[in-house]
Amino acid sequence: MVKWTDFERATIQDIFSKIDYDVVGPAALSRCLIVYPWTQRYFGGFGNLYNAAAITSNPKVAAHGKVVLAGLEKAVKNMDDIKTTYKELSVLHSEKLQVDPDNFNLLADCLTIVLAGQMGAAFTPEVHAAFQKFLAVVVASLRKQYH
Amino acid sequence: MTTLTPKDKDTVKTFWAKISPKAAAIGADALGRMLVVYPQTKTYFAHWKDLSPGSAPVKKHGATVMGGVADAVGKIDDLTAGLLNLSELHAFTLRVDPANFKILAHNILVVLATTFPNDFTPEVHVAMDKFLAAVALALSEKYR
Repeated sequence: MVKWTDFERATIQDIFSKIDYDVVGPAALSRCLIVYPWTQRYFGGFGNLYNAAAITSNPKVAAHGKVVLAGLEKAVKNMDDIKTTYKELSVLHSEKLQVDPDNFNLLADCLTIVLAGQMGAAFTPEVHAAFQKFLAVVVASLRKQYH
Repeated sequence: MTTLTPKDKDTVKTFWAKISPKAAAIGADALGRMLVVYPQTKTYFAHWKDLSPGSAPVKKHGATVMGGVADAVGKIDDLTAGLLNLSELHAFTLRVDPANFKILAHNILVVLATTFPNDFTPEVHVAMDKFLAAVALALSEKYR
């Protein structure tokens, strides 16, 4: 079981209480599709992903970005057992979506950079470390049901 | 892994002009942050008295590292040749596992995001990520 310090717990709750899911989700996903274009392989049905401008203004990308953030919120609300909370999501990503789990780290990095851009100086090394730990647990939980 | 297109090089050089005045501070922030967020990297600095963000050794070394990156921007058309000496240093003397280049690069990008929230667009992000990956590759040249 993951042990969270008071600081880590408070930091994660604080971050997620303050961000606008409708902004951060789409920004992180579109950044991921632009910076790591091979991730577009999972979004064949999303229409125009030809360039950065198209990706950023694509409504399906935006909608899906919000879905991803909503999924993260589940982890925020169940920090003491993310592994169990994410069991079905892990099966979904493994068996139905067939996403290479290394991609989770790519999206995680983009999410970190979007958050850093929003928080500026408030994204101190300590806050960054707490967020990185949270994402590492999320990614590990999503990888758990891959066989 | 990758070739830098003329557009990538242009983007990097233009953005670097903005970074340049703050390079030392950015380097210090990135290095200090890396030591906190990825504690395994501390193993390379066991000889420092103080590894905390903002400490003297971290500030000094952050500036040194960014000096190297600045050098790379100037040699962007042939990084392998341009960074030969630095590659030998990292390969034979420092013996830094090249996986760590990626980690430091990520932390540099995070600091660029906090410092230039409006300029660090996805287009600039991808060009800088490619550039830092190319630098890492050039630094790895002499390893084996």
